[in-house]
Amino acid sequence: MATVRELIDETPRCRSIRLEPAEWPGHRAGQHLDVRLTAEDGYQAQRSYSIASAPEDEGLVLTVERLEDGEVSPYLVDELRPGDELELRGPIGGYFVWEDSAAGPVMLVAGGSGIVPFRAMLRHRAAADRGVVPRLLYSSRSVADLIYREELTDLAASQGVDISFTLTREAPEAWPGHHGRVDRRLLADVAWPSQDRPLVFVCGPSAFVETVAQGLVANGHAPDRIRTERFGPTGT
Amino acid sequence: MEALDGNAIAGQLYVHYRVEMTTAAGTCAHCGTRARIAELRVYNRGPGAVGRCPSCERVVMVVVDLRGHTRVHMDGFRLAEPPESFTTR
Amino acid sequence: MSPVSRGFRGRRRPVADPSRVPPGQYVTADFPVLSAGPTPHASLSDWTFAIDGAVDKPVSWSWQEFTALPAQTITVDIHCVTKWSKLDTLWRGVAVDTLLEGVTTPASFLTAWCDGGYTTNLPVEDVRDGRAWVAYQYSDAPLDPEHGGPARLLVPHLYFWKSAKWVRGLTLTLGDRPGFWETYGYHNRGDPWLEQRYQGD
Repeated sequence: MATVRELIDETPRCRSIRLEPAEWPGHRAGQHLDVRLTAEDGYQAQRSYSIASAPEDEGLVLTVERLEDGEVSPYLVDELRPGDELELRGPIGGYFVWEDSAAGPVMLVAGGSGIVPFRAMLRHRAAADRGVVPRLLYSSRSVADLIYREELTDLAASQGVDISFTLTREAPEAWPGHHGRVDRRLLADVAWPSQDRPLVFVCGPSAFVETVAQGLVANGHAPDRIRTERFGPTGT
Repeated sequence: MEALDGNAIAGQLYVHYRVEMTTAAGTCAHCGTRARIAELRVYNRGPGAVGRCPSCERVVMVVVDLRGHTRVHMDGFRLAEPPESFTTR
Repeated sequence: MSPVSRGFRGRRRPVADPSRVPPGQYVTADFPVLSAGPTPHASLSDWTFAIDGAVDKPVSWSWQEFTALPAQTITVDIHCVTKWSKLDTLWRGVAVDTLLEGVTTPASFLTAWCDGGYTTNLPVEDVRDGRAWVAYQYSDAPLDPEHGGPARLLVPHLYFWKSAKWVRGLTLTLGDRPGFWETYGYHNRGDPWLEQRYQGD
């Protein structure tokens, strides 16, 4: 069980929830939690959310995007209040994790709310302050939908993290970033070259992850250097 | 519907095996393709979660929750490599 | 028992007539897409529906022949073993009684088999007497592939995993042969009013 301590509106669709768990064994950047809600009549719904905070951070943070037809996300984004309790299971995961001890160049490719586990990874890397600087490519519908924009821009400035944004629906005038969906060409432009054998993490909706993984392989990245995590509507 | 991947059933597999399983690798009993559990195509909206080979799409794993107990059937997946050892830091 | 999450209701609907809702079920207005695998896409020119197995003479219909058979429009409630129920759903299809006309069989059971490899088993008597259809329209429109189109089995008085999507035939069997979910622990018959969710219920 964890108590909700703070709620932060990130974008019109997303909210971050800072939690204080009753017990917490610590976690690795990239892991997730299972959250279970129980209604008064006993009805239950469960969903998984990536942990947005680094292991070194004060408090555990989840960032949730409100899905249009969602059952759990509208509750977490619109209804939850400080002092409420959440039933959690975790941390979970061992594949989609990044340790500060991992050597070699790292590439992070995020689609929409796929940026969440990468926030944990980048904050963890900044806290460790060593290793090769990672590159991030973040694809979003519009500027308003970019989660953690300020924080990511600060990381770019203070840590030298190479961040590229691409907007797929609307871009403002004089947008300095990229336009359009992530494709082979954009990946070739911004990713570490395949000869450097970077470890690449890709996270976001299934279709996004499929397209990006195929594009990376087409650009010469070895499949076993690509780690993927697909988000989607889950539960019944 | 779109498939997720083995990360989506990591929690259920942990409950069953008491070990984090997504990095465990094995081969598809149908086509021999090697994959980590995290790389399986998972369809988990239904009476249970079905894990399919990312190459041939045949069923390699089924996870069901029967009366509150998680059962994992891995007949179609031959484990070849145990999961990476789990450390919290 | 888990503590209650303050203010959480989910997307359930209050029910005017609780006698329509089997035990342990919650009513929804959505039609969730549940699946064990990728959506198959059949070409109607190759599509056939067959009745085979323990029968004197197997029969099959092409899509044209099938959709020319007498069909019925029905409104039924459906109940999924994952606990959601949807009331007053509108379908159109061929009654299984029609498909079994003229079929002689000693079989007490059948296995529905489908594009994509899904199977489910049922007692033959549960598809007779106006209780089952092979449906190709939902809500006055051709059945969407995500919901089982071009055609699915529809057996509303049993849990909805028995209403096999992408159905291509019924194989009549002398013994009861567990299908896909039944092999992994779900009930051979699946009556929601008796809460027959799992083997042994």
